[in-house]
Amino acid sequence: MKQRSWALSETEVTPESLYVRRRDFLSLGAAGALGAAGSALSFSCQASADDKPTPTFTNLKRGNFVTDEKQTPFSDITTYNNYYEFGTAKSDPAENAGSLHTRPWTIALDGEINKPEVVDIDELIQRFPLEERIYRMRCVEAWSMVIPWVGFPLAELIKRAEPTSNAKYVAFITKLDPKEMPGQKRSVLDWPYVEGLRIDEAMHPLAILAVGLYGRTLPNQNGAPLRLVVPWKYGFKGIKAIVKIAFVKDQPKTTWNTMAPGEYGFYANVNPDVDHPRWSQAKERRIGEFFKRKTLPFNGYADQVAKLYTGMDLRKAF
Amino acid sequence: MARAPEPKSGAAMRTRAARLMKPGVFALCSLPLAKIAWDGLRGNLSANPIAEVLNRLGFWTLGWLLLSLAATPLKTLFGWTAPIRVRKMLGLFAFFYGSLHFATYLALDQAFDFSDIGADIVKRKFVTVGFAALMTLVPLAATSTDRAVKRLGFRRWKRLHRLVYFAAVLGVVHFAWRVKADYLEPALFGIALAALLLARLLPARAKRADHPGPGESKSPPQESLSRT
Repeated sequence: MKQRSWALSETEVTPESLYVRRRDFLSLGAAGALGAAGSALSFSCQASADDKPTPTFTNLKRGNFVTDEKQTPFSDITTYNNYYEFGTAKSDPAENAGSLHTRPWTIALDGEINKPEVVDIDELIQRFPLEERIYRMRCVEAWSMVIPWVGFPLAELIKRAEPTSNAKYVAFITKLDPKEMPGQKRSVLDWPYVEGLRIDEAMHPLAILAVGLYGRTLPNQNGAPLRLVVPWKYGFKGIKAIVKIAFVKDQPKTTWNTMAPGEYGFYANVNPDVDHPRWSQAKERRIGEFFKRKTLPFNGYADQVAKLYTGMDLRKAF
Repeated sequence: MARAPEPKSGAAMRTRAARLMKPGVFALCSLPLAKIAWDGLRGNLSANPIAEVLNRLGFWTLGWLLLSLAATPLKTLFGWTAPIRVRKMLGLFAFFYGSLHFATYLALDQAFDFSDIGADIVKRKFVTVGFAALMTLVPLAATSTDRAVKRLGFRRWKRLHRLVYFAAVLGVVHFAWRVKADYLEPALFGIALAALLLARLLPARAKRADHPGPGESKSPPQESLSRT
């Protein structure tokens, strides 16, 4: 209950990550021992509807950005999703997301940058060393998970794009294709889904673009082939199936914020002191646990990110 | 509600169907609960079982409540009196599911944290409204016996039981205010409820047109719905 943020002292880091690794088939050690083929085989039964077997990421870097909290089971992470492009029930994305073709896939980088381009997803992934990041994920609906993501720092992508001084915000846009994303046939939200970050938030080392979880290719229902993960913000900021990243001068009109400005702020930082108008944000239910636990400011990442917001009234800029 | 008169038609088939109605409706109303238990045992209640159970129980509370409101229009519009016999059972099942819904909220969702529960009921209007809906059903469930009808007298009993319209409206509002963006299900419940309430106005109007003046109808029929 009293588990603090992932702020571990230096001496703790190594043994704890080793401890987690011990149970993690796909960590460096286990992958080395079993060999890539072995681990690929052991998970081939979990492969998605793709004709090719799900590739397994190897040689993942694992930095300090991990928590030692108990990880939410893969089956829960992949069957309990808010992803309205595939339906509004939590079980819908797992059932319907198979219709999305994640290859070929391109991502457009444009706006206030020196190096605009349209890049293929596989080329993009190869540019950056992939890391495992074990993050808490706090949904605005007051439940949470602990998810071992595979991805790369958003900051690396931004640096390569060379933003100009006009790039104050980064906007992310999801694919718009009602044929492959049947939920877009109903105007539950204003499609396509748009999210955004202030450029300094986007440059923060905790912000990543994820391409996998539990060492495997990201399942479609979790946002394949590329999604945003900003662990100190509510989950809806983590936009999925990104096709465009635009560097802009003005604050982007983000989807949930536009739909209900009083309920979902642009910043959407996890904040136990600012309730959603219809429910309390003081506590959360960690998936798999009975008793609710206290929600931590910035989802427990205050030591890392609070300085981004000094001088701001977070009750107003919620 | 007091026993409805047997259909005077001699159609044996119809009486047999009517006789099967009560056990049939009892079985039907038990099904969602059995499904919850079954899914619970097999670990099929999603990654967030408490929320799933809450949602399912709430959904069926509204379902049974609206079905119970269908009995009167079926009689007045189509002359089908049999559903009146299961109206009480449907209403009691609505109360039963609503109570389980609330108990799930108290015990499983909130773990009896009464400061949080109190704050929810006071501060969150969708909780306030849901709580009010359930409380409105309490006196109706308590006076569901034939003895209660006699003790109160039919007219007073009937007036009291008009509160069910109020409870149903609160229930639909509770659902609508809970939803984040997809209003389809609460809208369908809302449309169904509106249709069921409006259907009560139709025959009353027709009757007034047929027999102008203060009619001497024995069973005080669905006069104006007043304010629901």
